[in-house]
Amino acid sequence: MGVEEAPSGFLLTTIEDLAGYLRKASLWPVTFGLACCAIEMMAAGAPRYDLSRFGMEVFRASPRQADLMIVAGRVSQKMAPVVRQVYDQMSEPKWVLSMGVCASSGGMFNNYAIVQGVDHILPVDIYLPGCPPRPEMLINAILALHDQIQQAPLGVNRREAAAAAEAAALEATPTFEMKGLLR
Amino acid sequence: MSDTYEPIRPKAGPIKELFAPVAGFGVTLSSMFKPVVTEQYPRAKVAPQQRFHGRHQLNRYADGLEKCIGCELCAWACPADAIYVEGADNAALPQDGSGVPVHISPGERYGGVYQINYLRCIFCGLCIEACPTRALTMTNDYELAGNTRAGMIYEKQDLLAPLAEGMLAAPHPMADGTTATEYYRGDVVGATAAQVAWVREHRPDDPTLDAADAVASGTAPVPAPLQHELRPDHGPGEAERAAGAAAVGSVRNGRETREVTA
Repeated sequence: MGVEEAPSGFLLTTIEDLAGYLRKASLWPVTFGLACCAIEMMAAGAPRYDLSRFGMEVFRASPRQADLMIVAGRVSQKMAPVVRQVYDQMSEPKWVLSMGVCASSGGMFNNYAIVQGVDHILPVDIYLPGCPPRPEMLINAILALHDQIQQAPLGVNRREAAAAAEAAALEATPTFEMKGLLR
Repeated sequence: MSDTYEPIRPKAGPIKELFAPVAGFGVTLSSMFKPVVTEQYPRAKVAPQQRFHGRHQLNRYADGLEKCIGCELCAWACPADAIYVEGADNAALPQDGSGVPVHISPGERYGGVYQINYLRCIFCGLCIEACPTRALTMTNDYELAGNTRAGMIYEKQDLLAPLAEGMLAAPHPMADGTTATEYYRGDVVGATAAQVAWVREHRPDDPTLDAADAVASGTAPVPAPLQHELRPDHGPGEAERAAGAAAVGSVRNGRETREVTA
């Protein structure tokens, strides 16, 4: 019986805090850059900004060993299946950070060649605007994601939260049907 | 020409050769005594360059009226189609019947709906160049990450510059005897007594009244415009939160909800 099957209640809340703390403190991003945002992502890992201060300096070359996907750059229609496959190969629990406007919504590339937001193909946990975002912005987004991870539920609570999120997603307007600025 | 290779550099002496395998550690050791180049970002924020293109801000005139006239030139200039503007007539605001027209911005029109989609905006600054009244400028704030697509569309109340101490919350009449031209030239340096009196009559609970009154009566210095801080604690300033989003208008609250309490 793992932590995930433990009964809910007082003990689990404490375990949730501990697990959240451990998970957020050793987030390993997958080595994955699609365009210019990747240059800023590399800069964030380099000495001046130094992501290793947050336990993240290891960009894993294998998705099996990574739990954070930083989608850095525009996702073309042709690249979309590859992005999805890399995501599928990552082991749970995993998170997605959509870095830059192209990954988040297509940005200024509002055309048939670019996926209009990586959330069409992946569940995105946090969006980061900017073209490209400076390394501080990336670190800011990562810290915001750390907060999310710290508060993430476990076990029964996690299943309930996932079910609630899925129900809400089924109710919501699909991204491709959105109008106006949300398009 | 000999067959053997003769290096041009002289051969190292015996002592240098002895330490050659560990000489590389000298680089590491010496760097321990050099200053640290890492920016301690979340704890100490290094300010970006003065003209850094950060998040936008809709500015105000010194008496609290908005500079945006809803002309949509920013939206037209935007290469990423990230800006949505709907102009509205000042004359269509609820009037008090006394014949003094109520304004949100000087002149005919104001920006009724103003949205910037930060998931499209590439911070190129073309909107700033296009703005005829300098209403739209960029601040140095760059901390913009968010959880939802919808949340990344900033509404007018998120973009408006906070009311500085001494500014009078809109809507209220323009300063006595002025036109939009005087405002544009910078001749209006603070709220006038007539404007304060009007607001006191129609919104007696307005939190900006006392400070604006002090400016109008000359006991306080004229307000200096405020900028969004590097980490704004979310959107509207204190006065606007208190006055309610109804005072500044947005899509979420609907323009119909805006009214001047009589």
